[in-house]
Amino acid sequence: MTTTTETLDTGTERARAVEIDQVSKVFGEGPGALTAIDGMSVSVRAHEFVALVGASGCGKSTLLSLVAGLTHPTGGTVDVGGHRVAMMFQEASLFPWLTVGANIEIPMRVNGVPKARRKERVAELLDLVRLSGFARKRPHQLSGGMRQRVALARALAQDADVLLMDEPFGALDAMTRDILHDEIERIWRERSLTVMLVTHNVREAVRLGDRVILLSSRPGRVIEEFTVEEERPRRIDSARIASRAAEITDRLRAEVSRHAG
Amino acid sequence: MPDDPNVRDRHLRGLDALETAAPSGTDRPTAWRAAARVWAATWPKLAAVVLVVLVWQVVVWSGWRPVYVLPGPDRVLPRLFTELSSAEFWGALGVTMRRALAGFALALAAGVTVGLAVSRFAPLRVAIGSLITGLQTMPSIVWFPIAMLLYGISESAIMFVIILGAAPSIAGGLTSGIDYVSPQLLRAGRAMGLRGVQRYTLLIVPAALPMFVTGLKQGWAFAWRSLMAGELLVVIDQQHSLGWALSQARQFNDAEGLLAYVIVVLCVGVLIDVFFERADRTIRHRWGVTAS
Ligand SMILES: Nc1ncnc2c1ncn2[C@@H]1O[C@H](COP(=O)(O)OP(=O)(O)OP(=O)(O)O)[C@@H](O)[C@H]1O
Ligand SMILES: [Mg+2]
Repeated sequence: MTTTTETLDTGTERARAVEIDQVSKVFGEGPGALTAIDGMSVSVRAHEFVALVGASGCGKSTLLSLVAGLTHPTGGTVDVGGHRVAMMFQEASLFPWLTVGANIEIPMRVNGVPKARRKERVAELLDLVRLSGFARKRPHQLSGGMRQRVALARALAQDADVLLMDEPFGALDAMTRDILHDEIERIWRERSLTVMLVTHNVREAVRLGDRVILLSSRPGRVIEEFTVEEERPRRIDSARIASRAAEITDRLRAEVSRHAG
Repeated sequence: MPDDPNVRDRHLRGLDALETAAPSGTDRPTAWRAAARVWAATWPKLAAVVLVVLVWQVVVWSGWRPVYVLPGPDRVLPRLFTELSSAEFWGALGVTMRRALAGFALALAAGVTVGLAVSRFAPLRVAIGSLITGLQTMPSIVWFPIAMLLYGISESAIMFVIILGAAPSIAGGLTSGIDYVSPQLLRAGRAMGLRGVQRYTLLIVPAALPMFVTGLKQGWAFAWRSLMAGELLVVIDQQHSLGWALSQARQFNDAEGLLAYVIVVLCVGVLIDVFFERADRTIRHRWGVTAS
């Protein structure tokens, strides 16, 4: 046992989970080319919860795709330091022909987890997202909020330590969303995950994030970062969260009106 | 207070319960009710059959054609039952069904190979994509002269035409099934690291299945038609098939036998169609494509 190396490793891991350095992403070529992201740098510490907000089309989804390795940057580097990365989308994107349990098994089948162990893990994960007993249901039998929780369980089944979420609560009603905030916060803590959450909702960003990163539109760049020091557990309707959110919203409004003309 | 995990948990369960309210009428269907459902589904079909038989009988009674050319159901149906109890009939049906299955299996193999190749390689799609659509519109009977030149009066000639008739639909169903896999599911698959063979077995094949089955169903219809045309045109005397029996009946002016065999061909077609319809519906239901 080389305890020193281990401590050292955890030490460096703590420092950085995701390092986005001077990244740009251009779609298309020639005169029709669109610069979605331009010279963006973001670094995320291990076990940090980062929320990204910005107007529509500022490249938030593109940024997450880059981190997940679904697309490659035109310039700059994205370094996840060998961490496993899982991603959740706005739509649950479950496979409709599989049961809830079988959906959660897919990442484990990809990773070659033996069948007996897969079943155990499915039960554990469903318990974690509070859907025990739903393993044999089909996605279309569940509500939107429940489907998102299954998608969360499926993402967690990848055994990733970095979780990317692209507006996962966007399509849910406020009450369900508030509860999922609590749930995601609890799971983030219990599993010491690193989370990058993209959202349109500034309050949601302040409710959940250790840090809120505000992005500009066309091209996407980092405008400003806000650290949220408010103690957890937080409540989305507390005055402190609201005033912090108002401050960020003002900044966002200023950025959006810049495009007016 | 809402930070208390127990309260939160109850809150969540409450929402889940509300959002997944059980559909009305969860009480188990009794045998009687199941019977009622089957009856509701079958009586219109039975009524239609009875109506057709009645119209047929009326036409015969009207004396539009002499009875030895157009016999009524009163003569054809008993004849059908005597045929059904003869070994020769079952032999003929056996030969025809064997050809149908073998031809369909070959068409399936060819269709899947071509369909996969076309969806996999873009140049191939450009080259033969529209050819496949074009082939689907070809009346299969057009192929028989060529088939008979190539293979003579043989079963191979019939198989050739079945494959040309059915494979394009099967290939077309598969390629459009693969083309229309939701991009969002593909993205989710990639995010989970699905690639290579697993990408096909766990994602693309099941996602393409509903359209593939539609292609199969259409392919079967073409195969069955091609086969019947083939058995009438390519009459192989050593092998007694349904087509052979039809042409025999015509040669001997056996109108009753002719009509009895027409009914058999119709029934086989309908039965297999019902099978595909079931498969189609089951898959769509499981895939959640239908709302109910
Ligand atoms: N595959 C693509 N091809 C061409 N353009 C693209 C592609 N993906 C994204 N874009 C463009 O890049 C820009 C950023 O898109 P992206 O989806 O990352 O924005 P977003 O911030 O996630 O927006 P939203 O808040 O609406 O989800 C947009 O202008 C979009 O039209
Ligand atoms: Mg987006």
